[in-house]
Amino acid sequence: MATAALSTVQLAPGQAAWRRFRRHRLALAGAVIILVLVLGSAFGPYLLPFDDTYIDVMKRFAPPLSGAHILGTDELGRDVLARLMMGARVSLSIGIVAMVIAMAVGIVVGAFAGFYGGVVGAVLMRLVDAVLCFPTIFLLIALAALTEPGLVTTTVLIAATAWMWVARVVEAQVRSLREREFAVAALAFGSSNLRIMFRELVPNAIAPIVVAATLNVAKAILLESYLSYLGYGIQPPAASLGNMLNNAQIYLASAPWLAIAPGVAITLAVTSFNFLGDGLRDALDPRMNIP
Amino acid sequence: MARYVVNRLAQAIMLLVIVSAIGFAILHLAPGGPLSQFAASAQMTQEDLDRVTKQLGLDRPLPIQYLDWFGRMLKGDWGKSYRDGEAVLSVISSHLGATLELMATATIIAVLLGCWIGILGALRRYSLFDTLATVGAMIALSIPTFWFGLVTIYVFSVKLGWLPAGNRHTVGDGSLLDLLHHLIAPALVLALVETAMWGRFMRSSMLEVINQDYIRTARAKGMPEWRILTVHALRNALLPMITVAGLQLPTLLGGALVAETVFTWPGMGRLFLDSIGYRDYPVVMGILMFSATMVLIGSLLADIFYAVVDPRIRVG
Repeated sequence: MATAALSTVQLAPGQAAWRRFRRHRLALAGAVIILVLVLGSAFGPYLLPFDDTYIDVMKRFAPPLSGAHILGTDELGRDVLARLMMGARVSLSIGIVAMVIAMAVGIVVGAFAGFYGGVVGAVLMRLVDAVLCFPTIFLLIALAALTEPGLVTTTVLIAATAWMWVARVVEAQVRSLREREFAVAALAFGSSNLRIMFRELVPNAIAPIVVAATLNVAKAILLESYLSYLGYGIQPPAASLGNMLNNAQIYLASAPWLAIAPGVAITLAVTSFNFLGDGLRDALDPRMNIP
Repeated sequence: MARYVVNRLAQAIMLLVIVSAIGFAILHLAPGGPLSQFAASAQMTQEDLDRVTKQLGLDRPLPIQYLDWFGRMLKGDWGKSYRDGEAVLSVISSHLGATLELMATATIIAVLLGCWIGILGALRRYSLFDTLATVGAMIALSIPTFWFGLVTIYVFSVKLGWLPAGNRHTVGDGSLLDLLHHLIAPALVLALVETAMWGRFMRSSMLEVINQDYIRTARAKGMPEWRILTVHALRNALLPMITVAGLQLPTLLGGALVAETVFTWPGMGRLFLDSIGYRDYPVVMGILMFSATMVLIGSLLADIFYAVVDPRIRVG
């Protein structure tokens, strides 16, 4: 550890971080897999001769590698690979958009709570604590069952159950940064509170925010799969990685491939984002030690 | 110490009030409303609907309904299920046993296995075992629990035929052996994520302890290595695990819901899903409140217990 610190002394912070990140081979692998998944789900559907919603009852339950159906077909004769690509598109988009919303809400709540402290801070953070008391899945299902299911609802609801962690991270950072010289200097210059919060304090907390954002994508993809598997997320005929598993349990004995492909895809995507987050944590802030 | 406990208790009660208000607001402001199930029936006239609304007290202003509900809740009256008129608390308690059985078994597996992996990983840091355990834990945390359950069913029930694919016991057979046989698969599936969590926390806690000065002092005194590990390192490293036990509860409850769904286990999680399907508001609300209260009490107990064993906490 000591030698690593010595060798990076001469480097700019960005370069040093990049070097630490490069050493984290699993994080690199995660980044590569994410890239492959994103490109595959973005362009893959155009390369396939099948439409993901095209029903062909003459070819139901074709096992993998039968003719042009590389991953076989499902109970309605739809091509599994085409559905997998479209499903990954939906799931990844939900993961990323839900993360952006959760980050925005979490950063604003955390910044206000950390900056003002006192009553405002206490009220906001007790709200965070209270929402965290609900087991995420219970809260998510209750909300989802009460609203009209769909792409937008699913994304917003996942964000609604994920912003609290971000708020906690940002609040702690802002609260400690508030007393630092640059913040006091900005105040002396006559900067407005809002400006100090979002132009001075939050950018200085960017390292833990980026890490939280990455791990948040992993969590959101996982939550989408739970929700859609239980039937409260993305509705058929549209595919998502979660709802492809919705019917898989019924056909588990006769057509196990229906369960394998989406499950592996979810695990791969979530693991990649988790490893990437871990690597970023080591790279951006070696002192951070949250397991 | 007493002051710390009272303080912590007051905080918990305040949180419980906020929690109940959030839960109540979510369920009552949602579109559809508690009566959508009745309204969908062709046999219900508008007159009937109005009467039912009045009978259930749904025509009063929301704050009044909330206060009424909260007051009754404190007295143990959690309302009646819309589905069969049974008291909510008795509906929950009749499903609680199955859930607790599952959660307790999974926790025992996870604590034993996770702590063992974590300790060994910390002692042999960066060894092959440690690397595999770290990577394995990350993958375990990333696998969707329900999918892991499906894979388990496929391998052990469909292909090998060793384990039943679901339910708590065979119909007409309530023997202990039969119960255990049904418990294995869901408990292991639920334990996967928990084991990974415990392993990660145990590893970092152990790493933190073995770099402390008092460990070096013990070593300098010439104390045998096994004694340093068991007496000095392990005892101190296990302390923060108390907090982990409290923090784990929401994940454990959520995991139980998923495992129960996959393995048709008659617990609280399945009851929750069923009640949601029926728009059985009192039961849904009851389970939401019940699980949040469990989480609250769990973290409260963890904090107090931690303060008992580690005096530094009480002051800070």
